[in-house]
Amino acid sequence: MIARRTFALLALAPSCALAATLKATLIQTADDPRLERTRTERAYLGHPGGPAEQGLKVALDEAKFELDAGKTAVALDVKGTDSRDTARAAAQQAEKGGAAVLVTDLDAASTLAVADAVKLPVLNVGNAADALRQSDCRANLFHLLPSERMRADALAQALVARKWSNALVLAGPSADDALRAATAQASMKRFGIKVVATKAFKISADPRERDLANPLLLTGGGLSYDAVWVIDSDGEFARSLPYRTALPRPVVGDAGLAALAWHAQFERFGAPQVVRRFAKANGRTMTAHDFASWMAGRALVAAAIAAPNGPNAAWSKAIATNELDGSKGVTMSFRPWDGQLRQPLLLTDGQGVIGQAPADGMLHPKNTLDTLGADAPEKLCKARSP
Amino acid sequence: MKSLVAFFISCSAGVALAQPAVWVSSEKDNTLAIVDAATLAVQATVTTCKRPRHMQLLPGGKQLLVACGESHAADLIDVATRKSVKRVPLGDDPEAFDLSPDGKTLYVSNEDEGAVSFVDVASGKVLRQVPVGKEPEGVKVSADGKLVYVTSEVANMVHVVDVATAKVLHNIKVGKRPRRMAITPDGAELWVTNELDASVSIIATKDHSVIHTIKFALPGAREQDITPVGIVMTKDGKRAFVGMGRANHVAFVDVAQRKVTQMVLAGKRVWNVALDKAEARLYVVNGLSDDMTVVDLATAKALKTVPVGRVPYQALVIE
Repeated sequence: MIARRTFALLALAPSCALAATLKATLIQTADDPRLERTRTERAYLGHPGGPAEQGLKVALDEAKFELDAGKTAVALDVKGTDSRDTARAAAQQAEKGGAAVLVTDLDAASTLAVADAVKLPVLNVGNAADALRQSDCRANLFHLLPSERMRADALAQALVARKWSNALVLAGPSADDALRAATAQASMKRFGIKVVATKAFKISADPRERDLANPLLLTGGGLSYDAVWVIDSDGEFARSLPYRTALPRPVVGDAGLAALAWHAQFERFGAPQVVRRFAKANGRTMTAHDFASWMAGRALVAAAIAAPNGPNAAWSKAIATNELDGSKGVTMSFRPWDGQLRQPLLLTDGQGVIGQAPADGMLHPKNTLDTLGADAPEKLCKARSP
Repeated sequence: MKSLVAFFISCSAGVALAQPAVWVSSEKDNTLAIVDAATLAVQATVTTCKRPRHMQLLPGGKQLLVACGESHAADLIDVATRKSVKRVPLGDDPEAFDLSPDGKTLYVSNEDEGAVSFVDVASGKVLRQVPVGKEPEGVKVSADGKLVYVTSEVANMVHVVDVATAKVLHNIKVGKRPRRMAITPDGAELWVTNELDASVSIIATKDHSVIHTIKFALPGAREQDITPVGIVMTKDGKRAFVGMGRANHVAFVDVAQRKVTQMVLAGKRVWNVALDKAEARLYVVNGLSDDMTVVDLATAKALKTVPVGRVPYQALVIE
């Protein structure tokens, strides 16, 4: 099944002909289960709030003046897919149709199928899996959404900055939870947070499983800790964990305090204007996933401005090397060693912005932003190693 | 009794007027702090509209206009009595503005709408509205009053707006996130700070081309931490002073040489900068440390840092 829609932001050129139009295609999951109303209504921290095309479109619309003046344009095509094979087909079709850049909001396998099917830059806006930046990385794959590891590093830095040195880890039952728990524990180790204990939880009302399901039992039993780090990719268990721990300690991770790419209450660096534009266009609050797709739109615009006449090779180069402004107070760019967009993260309890990462005092020989996520010397992405 | 009180108030206000004072707007206070230029302490606080930001004196210097983002208006304040005289509606989320040379028309950037509005100060009527790039910020009127320069933080350009036709004549591509501007006294050059480029773009006003870019560097600070915003120039056009944002310094720039001569440490996130009439002192507001640093220009040293209000935005010296 391939649903197809096109909207073009063909800049309304005054009297002169356009030099070239950068064509981009967004390939996204059709009927994405993450976007079912019952899920988006719950607004779990770090979960998407709506389709990726909305953020992209805000970025393209707001750039109208700049594109007009640069005598260039960006056109966006949207395709929905329901499997790895249809994703691959959609990517090939887009490349044949003249697309210069692909944008994906897909599961990991489909993302890789798209990246391997084309020679174009692929901008991943919806998948945070570390594998896509490490063992399964690709030279043409770029990531706008922060990786799981970046988020875990940001949170570990926040704990260190507060001297909350001992953490109790609660991890959910899914395969995703296991991967993310390993990432979180590696971050804690890196920043010197001691893991007091790691426990598995399960949502259950079965009295025989109460040790797995009861927050008081999970967090009690004589354990001593400064914070509870919960890993819950689903979100339901974590939502009601704060204020239910045996000791009066904060919850961090997927509830309580979370590290995200964005929050609508961020009030510096022009962020409120971005949030208002997004809300006006889409009638909802801008989430961290929306920030990633908005940044992908910003990357497309920056490429079109940098090379108004194209061709595709020039746009590819511009995507890889441009410095981007994303209303977070610093310029952001893609790390050459794994294609991840380096960026500050926001610490939020869901209601407001509590702080920013990197934490004050974190040092790095080149760019402090690179204290979040995999760094160059680790050489975790072979496809991009020189 | 009432008249007696009124007499005392006006009397004390008259005394206050004789003293040079520095008015400071703070975004989160809905007030203006008035700092005594002699003692360098806050001597009074004036209640104004919500989220006060840019301030400017009307010609004659007796009335002050302050733009308030959340009141969608400017407050017109009588400098002598320190009382609000009236409100001038400015449209959605006004940030910075400038006045026509006769003070009758106000040109304001409406951040949310992506427009510049021409407002008649006397009637408060919006005369024209010109669409520009998103998040317009700095506004500067040319010396002859015929052009208005506006920066757009999203479009990374300076728009040149013709006052007579209310049309954008040129779009000048500058650095990332252009913020504030200064014009050399001879009118030949427009200086624009680029917050995310650690630079100032210099534009020739005769053909609106960028003729030079001054890149800032500072020992111990990385380029991404140098985020220039505020800029002011001396009356003789020989020196410019540029706030370095998160690098917490203010740069002294030799205008002719296009070179930084000194860097002076101020507070956290140096925002707007202002000169006194004698050009002996520079007042630097620090957005993230809620204070204002007073810098002596002869020695290039900070004299004192005065706590002012929450998220200070601009200082204006009234003498």
